[in-house]
Amino acid sequence: MTVDQLLYGVFPYVCIVVAIVATLYRYLTDRFSYSSLSSQFLENRQLFWGSVAWHYGILGVLTAHLVGFLIPQSILWWNMEPVRLYILETTGFVLGLLALVGLLVLIYRRLTNSRIRVVTSPMDVTLLVVLLIQVVAGVGTAIFYRWGSSWYSAFAVPYLWSILAFKPDVTLVNNLPFVVQVHILNAFVLVLILPFTRLVHFLSVPIKYIWRPHQIVRWNRRSPIIGA
Amino acid sequence: MDVRAQVSMMFHLDKCIGCHTCSVACKNIWTDRQGTEYMWWNNVETKPGTGYPTKWEDQEKYKGGWEPKEQTIKLRATDKFRGLANIFHQPHLPTIDDYYEPWTYKYSDLFDAPAGDDQPTARPISLITGENMDINAGPNWDDDLSGSTVYANNDPNLENLSDGEKQALFEIERLVFFYLPRICNHCLNPACVASCPSGALYKRGEDGIVLLDQNVCRAWRFCVSACPYKKTYFNWKTGKSEKCILCFPRLETGQPPACFHSCVGRIRYLGVVLYDADKIEEYASAPKEDLVRLQREMILDPSDPEVIKQAEKNGVHFSVIESAKKSPVYKFVKEWGMALPLHPEYRTLPMLFYIPPLLPVLGHVENGVYNVDAEGYFGSLDKARVPMQYLANLFTAGNEEQVRTVLEKLLAVRMYKRSEQVDDIKPSLVEDMLKKTGLTPETCEEIYRLTSLPTFDERFVIPPMHREYAAELMAGDPYLFKAEAGVGGFKDRPDRGL
Ligand code: SF4
Ligand code: SF4
Repeated sequence: MTVDQLLYGVFPYVCIVVAIVATLYRYLTDRFSYSSLSSQFLENRQLFWGSVAWHYGILGVLTAHLVGFLIPQSILWWNMEPVRLYILETTGFVLGLLALVGLLVLIYRRLTNSRIRVVTSPMDVTLLVVLLIQVVAGVGTAIFYRWGSSWYSAFAVPYLWSILAFKPDVTLVNNLPFVVQVHILNAFVLVLILPFTRLVHFLSVPIKYIWRPHQIVRWNRRSPIIGA
Repeated sequence: MDVRAQVSMMFHLDKCIGCHTCSVACKNIWTDRQGTEYMWWNNVETKPGTGYPTKWEDQEKYKGGWEPKEQTIKLRATDKFRGLANIFHQPHLPTIDDYYEPWTYKYSDLFDAPAGDDQPTARPISLITGENMDINAGPNWDDDLSGSTVYANNDPNLENLSDGEKQALFEIERLVFFYLPRICNHCLNPACVASCPSGALYKRGEDGIVLLDQNVCRAWRFCVSACPYKKTYFNWKTGKSEKCILCFPRLETGQPPACFHSCVGRIRYLGVVLYDADKIEEYASAPKEDLVRLQREMILDPSDPEVIKQAEKNGVHFSVIESAKKSPVYKFVKEWGMALPLHPEYRTLPMLFYIPPLLPVLGHVENGVYNVDAEGYFGSLDKARVPMQYLANLFTAGNEEQVRTVLEKLLAVRMYKRSEQVDDIKPSLVEDMLKKTGLTPETCEEIYRLTSLPTFDERFVIPPMHREYAAELMAGDPYLFKAEAGVGGFKDRPDRGL
């Protein structure tokens, strides 16, 4: 087995299995630890610039990745017209930059504010490093290897699907430029550490809030004790 | 009619001596952990003053509570979509500096300092960062500081008081203040519950206690912004919010909450009231001046056969109904109409009621002689030291008439008792007062007894909580939960050794 096969054919499965098992285990045994661990209460101003830029940037970028993953044809079709390609690429680049700036602010804040340092765990630092590598590699790809949206849909997406189909096709990715390979492998590292970090908070997006009634009442025992 | 039971509270402000025993009792039981040092689920503020957190009543800043919108009401701080959009950074969240930075002193310096010319000192250090700090705020920093230009003058309730009234309030040597102890109001229309994206907060059906499920909370912090009384707190250490639990473990074993139990002035009363939950939205959306009246209307007579029938149909245990009949809160709020909610205009329908302080001018010193007012021992209400408008801003959404009615009743009871015991008040005056307030000598006697001489069991009429029924539901084995750690724990049992 070559190194490439190990990295692109085995490692992803290890990451995915660990992520699923550990996330479930943590959810079932230690739900209390599921939290976004917000630190806005201790520091408010820098967080605004960091957190808003980071979250909106990264959510936009992730959505684009997701659309490309689910319907790669849509991206390829869209990119047939150069103008549309430029629009997509520029938007993606700006969002990526937004995320990067946000992340840098957040890292700066975490390292310099003494109140925030008190609520920083080693895992938080690990996560920030991995995220930084990921975003830098992503933005770097956008700068140095043009029209990533097209070849993401043409190479990386088929590779991802091949993983899901349990027939990992290593040849699709192992010859891509170094930064791109870092981006792909680091993404799996992110998946791997997900259940061990505060990142789990993204699994609890409170969508239900939109349709639930405002007031919640919990009854210990709804059935009438007498009468009825 | 959807009849439900609510454990409800009443504080008699004329009796509060501002000793903070209640706050300390609470702190020792519930908030002595890291991350909660700054929390005072029970706090006592001096009014006029800015309170805790600083200027919490300024809803222009904090956006707490509900505001009317068309036929109904909406949260000020958030709504369904805005809430999700603001989830990464909340524009109106108070930060630790709006409360105060908790501190301790570095006592070890007293022992470890090298010998020198000066006395060693224990410097204050932050309980968050451990660094040296200057103390410039605390939970009761404006204690007794009425008249202060920094604190009292910035009290949001001074709004729409005339300059003359303000001046009289703060005139040196005559300035006045009173204490306002506050806990979570366990509201009928809680803004905290409505604002939580995760649905972590809930009202207990059987007794109306508002709780926060720590296993569901994800630190979105909307409850902190939405509660207009700032009675949900964010634990910066655990990343979960926490709030007053009305000492439900004590209530379930028949004991009053710790702050009630320890109250030195015996100002606190607790009892169950029945209310009509069908009316919540309609009444919370009513015009400002009707809020106090309607909330009183919402509370039902536990002796009314129809109410009892509906309550039983709804699963309210008969022992709870029996308890509601003896509830001192029901008497003060509904029967005698003497207790008022704090800031009803926030529209959360708070279920902690206050008897406003009377603070009459008893007498004045003339040529070194203390004189009481000629026309009557207690003087007149218009000479009361706190402007009516101020009390109205606190307790009736600005309606002076409703405060006056309550103060007149307080005065009537005093005059009645004075004339009975000392006999220096003209009987006609007492009669006029009784007629005006609609009180009878019998009710005056009853009010007097429940105000001044109540026993422990008369102040705290705790309904049986019937947790024995809940045990059945614990999937068989009640011992499953034995020895679990409480607030903030849930994970590890406090095991020691091998
Ligand atoms: S006082 Fe605040 S925390 Fe308590 S129930 Fe009302 S809204 Fe919720
Ligand atoms: S213990 Fe009672 S008297 Fe003392 S401050 Fe608290 S409420 Fe007031």
